[in-house]
Amino acid sequence: MSGTDNFEAVVKERRTEAVAEFHEDKTLIKRFQHALHVSPALVPLLVLLVSIVLFAGLVGSRFFSAATLTLILQQVQLVGIVAAAQTLVILTAGIDLSVGAIAVLSSVVMGQFAFRYGLPVPLAILCGLGVGTILGYLNGWLVAVMKLPPFIVTLGTWQIILASNFLYSKNETIRAQDIEANAPLLQFFANTFKIGADESGRGGATFTFGVIFMLLLIAVLAYALRSTAWGRHVYAVGDDPDAAQLSGVNVKRTLISVYALSGLICAFAGWALIGRIGSVSPTSGAELNIQSITAVVIGGISLFGGRGSIWGALFGALIVGVFSLGLRLLGVDPQWTFFFIGVLIIVAVAVDQWIRKVAA
Amino acid sequence: MQTQTQHQVQDPTMAGQQPILVGRGLVKRYGKVVALDHCDFDLYPGEILAVIGDNGAGKSTLIKAISGAVIPDEGDIFLEGQRIAFRNPTEARDAGIETVYQTLAMSPALSIADNMFMGRELRKPGFMGQWLRQLDRPRMEKFAREKLSELGLMTIQNINQAVETLSGGQRQGVAVARAAAFGSKVIILDEPTAALGVKESRRVLELILDVKSRGIPIILISHNMPHVFEVADRIHVHRLGKRLCVIRPQNHTMSDAVAYMTGARVPDTEFESA
Repeated sequence: MSGTDNFEAVVKERRTEAVAEFHEDKTLIKRFQHALHVSPALVPLLVLLVSIVLFAGLVGSRFFSAATLTLILQQVQLVGIVAAAQTLVILTAGIDLSVGAIAVLSSVVMGQFAFRYGLPVPLAILCGLGVGTILGYLNGWLVAVMKLPPFIVTLGTWQIILASNFLYSKNETIRAQDIEANAPLLQFFANTFKIGADESGRGGATFTFGVIFMLLLIAVLAYALRSTAWGRHVYAVGDDPDAAQLSGVNVKRTLISVYALSGLICAFAGWALIGRIGSVSPTSGAELNIQSITAVVIGGISLFGGRGSIWGALFGALIVGVFSLGLRLLGVDPQWTFFFIGVLIIVAVAVDQWIRKVAA
Repeated sequence: MQTQTQHQVQDPTMAGQQPILVGRGLVKRYGKVVALDHCDFDLYPGEILAVIGDNGAGKSTLIKAISGAVIPDEGDIFLEGQRIAFRNPTEARDAGIETVYQTLAMSPALSIADNMFMGRELRKPGFMGQWLRQLDRPRMEKFAREKLSELGLMTIQNINQAVETLSGGQRQGVAVARAAAFGSKVIILDEPTAALGVKESRRVLELILDVKSRGIPIILISHNMPHVFEVADRIHVHRLGKRLCVIRPQNHTMSDAVAYMTGARVPDTEFESA
């Protein structure tokens, strides 16, 4: 025992070095890595800007115009809204496969409640939003209280909700003309306003209310995630749930709130879906699941939870939009879009792993 | 250390002093396994009480029962004479009992300041805080910086640095500073030097003595006998789910202590005078 003591006596005398010295890494690569660690949305933003410049060079002014660029915004609005919901869930180290199904069922509830039961349209919309929130809450309860893996839970509820959607709607579509005549509020998000259009109303930047809603939603969520205790708890739960619990975070409540909010946002996406396609169709929105996860991953948000910025999800959705429209304007086979998106996904995850090495 | 304890009252129960934290007849079962078997526990003001015991003796369960992470099946816990029954760690924290877990319970991707205030964030005054629930970052960062430098911990360049970019000793330092900043009654340290190198352990031990000198009693769980014998005023030996004895480090050798906790020897009395 005394041997140990003597051994330690050497360090006992000297107290020159502090336990915690903070020194910055000086090399350029390390700094870049550190910058990414602090602002993880930087990579997708760069990729977005580069791809816009790239397609502007390849396609020319037909691409790089206010009209085309705002068209991309319109095309990604649904994915953007759903990706915002997906971001919240993925930040908690979960995944929500039921987002598309919740959006569609909510839109069907809004339409059917208004047309089948003759409810006032605002009330029907509230019911749709309520259904989305309840379904999200159910996901959250199964994950947080029953402790089931999020992938399995939402794989199950995805099927259940989609089947309920077809059973309840009897696979009927509510036509766009009927909605326009009787319940225009359902198409609220399709309203547009233009900036810089010519007299005949062509050209210029066109914004739908859906696009504005997407941008506002992401701005509000970015604020909530960054500057409120709830947001910090979402990150902490995704990072290490046990540590979060021990430091006094109510993990269950945080998880349930995230899934319920995700459900509510998906219901809004369902409302925006009616605006986008005009009609209420139980077969729409099937690809929103994969598209939203793609946007989130390309946006640099870690599938392992606790890392990433919600702006990344928007940039991720926009990157996909830029590639789809740019390649279409170039006239190449649309399969190339999927090809490049596949490459981007793998690159994004590789970058995520690299950023994590800052820890080492 | 030793001169200090010699002046204390020579009485097994430290008469004249009321214990600040008392456990009586604590029982916790996990299925058929009895982790705590009618265990008693006493912590006196201003002391460092080490808790030692073999693996599986129930040290962790005892500590978790005190810190609210585990709810005992039977028994009572008293803090300053008041009976307490924590349902979760937050309630224990609110009562002034702070715990530094072996895992440190920090979120690696979040900043030092975020971690220090996790679960007890400060909000801005007025509209921004009340209605928009905005965090008061400048105030939290200032507080975190003050507390860290108070413990002589660091010349911090960046309090917003992610915890995962810190070394093991630095993380331990932040965790201890968090406990010291908020723990008004009792601080519990679970294996604070287990994952550290020699120099870093040394620094953490000094930190523990620093915290003690502010008058806050500390419960120290450790396997490292030299560390325990160096800083502890009394040593609670835990064996088979209950308190076997409480010894004073100056009266025993480390091998005595190891013999007691492994059952190789039976102590003469449960309590002893200094």
